[in-house]
Amino acid sequence: MPALLEARSLHAGYGETRVLHGIDFAVEQGGVTALLGANGAGKTTTLRAICGMVRTSGEIRLGEERIDGRPTEDIVQRGVAHVPDGRGTFFELTVEENLRLGSYIRRDRHGIAQDLERVFGYFPRLRERFRQQAGTLSGGEQQMLAIARALLLGPRLLLLDEPSFGLAPLIVQDIFAILHRIRADEGVSILLVEQNASLALDIAEQAYLLETGRIVISGPAAEIRRDESIRRSYLGY
Amino acid sequence: MEGVLHQVLSGIASGGIYASVALALVMIYQATHHVNFAQGEMATLSTYIALTLINLGLPYWIAFVITIVVSFVLGLLIERILMRPMMDAPVLASVGVFIGLLLIINSSTGWMFDYMIKTFPTPFPGGPLLFSGYVSGHELGAFFITLVVLIAVYLFFRHTKLGLAMRAAAFNPVSSRLVGIRVGWMLALGWGLAASIGAVAGMMVAPIVYLDPNMMAGILLYAFAGALLGGIDNPLGAVLGGFAVGIIENLAGAYLVGTELKLTVALIIIVSVLVVKPSGLLGRTVLSRV
Repeated sequence: MPALLEARSLHAGYGETRVLHGIDFAVEQGGVTALLGANGAGKTTTLRAICGMVRTSGEIRLGEERIDGRPTEDIVQRGVAHVPDGRGTFFELTVEENLRLGSYIRRDRHGIAQDLERVFGYFPRLRERFRQQAGTLSGGEQQMLAIARALLLGPRLLLLDEPSFGLAPLIVQDIFAILHRIRADEGVSILLVEQNASLALDIAEQAYLLETGRIVISGPAAEIRRDESIRRSYLGY
Repeated sequence: MEGVLHQVLSGIASGGIYASVALALVMIYQATHHVNFAQGEMATLSTYIALTLINLGLPYWIAFVITIVVSFVLGLLIERILMRPMMDAPVLASVGVFIGLLLIINSSTGWMFDYMIKTFPTPFPGGPLLFSGYVSGHELGAFFITLVVLIAVYLFFRHTKLGLAMRAAAFNPVSSRLVGIRVGWMLALGWGLAASIGAVAGMMVAPIVYLDPNMMAGILLYAFAGALLGGIDNPLGAVLGGFAVGIIENLAGAYLVGTELKLTVALIIIVSVLVVKPSGLLGRTVLSRV
């Protein structure tokens, strides 16, 4: 089966600053692919490149179709949901409105209502906070809101940018437990960016390791996990 | 006492006009963080369009609706053609475009329709004054039209998907793109709506102050004072501020400074708000951690 997402010699950067120096990677249908690396390695930029949020060169394919160079809205329209760095909460709007925005591109009222119920199943806390202003949520709740908003798009591909960032260890455990459930229950493929390599390798099938804009190691997550030398030199645990 | 009541009532009537223009200002401010100085001139142009249609023999309300639609399209085009390229430009460059737009529209209306003061018809019965002589039929009618506009705008933003998308695009453009909202178009729609609201305000105020190319200059100032007083980033605040400024202006004009210095009141309000409470009465105080 062809990969859901495939990038070939992908370059990206901000203005004069180049961040990605020609990387190749693929996200297989179903399951989780992890993108690991230290601060500043280019993980967030890779996700932004997929969504057309930064200037890129090289090739990005979603299924059969090239999506590089397209505006973000068009890529989202094709079923790519991005939980961005910083969670992207609409602080001024209510939790309900944030969730309604998640399904903005959809027209199937019935399906949206069903998906909302399913999402509440993963994150019951959001049901309690439904009418509250999103800016008043805790960091963990905002992360849940961001994932819920992305799921409501009904995505083929879910991009998760550091869901553990800035959260207490217990909350991180909760969120990853839910991600395990989402992986099992939803038909969605996930590209997960994480600094916490141990958590990411637990959930992923495939993994890529980025170092200053280049992919230095790739392979099945289980193998990378077992390899003592990789763990010591790159993953730091 | 009766005099005060009279001033308050006619203050509410003109306050409604200020409230609409203030709302138009806030809509563009929320999305772009710029004050559209040309908002008043755009409304004047719309009013001239309405007058032309009426003079062509169209019934008032048909001309009214066509004017709103045409203004919407004009507002949309201005955003697409003039403001779009300015998106990442420095603030002063945008201000320059706004002022240029103001001068261009002002001079072209003068050139096309001449600078003579014209009367503008009212659709409301003139007849004897209502409420034992306090309020004219037009003032009452204009007040209701303004109210209908404000409520319609409120319902649109609160309860429709497009309204929600426009608010989202103003608050957080990056996240909005990530849920598939075409942020650029939302800005253009905002300009269109603001132009339409301004058009209604122009058509409602023209029978009171008469129509000439500079008709909205003073009104824009009062509206700006209203928007600042209520909070330039808060639509409800701007509307309440607009009404408040209308009442303050009338009372001050009657009892404090006289009609000649009324405009000064607006400037005093602007300066005092900026000095004492820059975020306005209902505005958000922006906190940021360092």
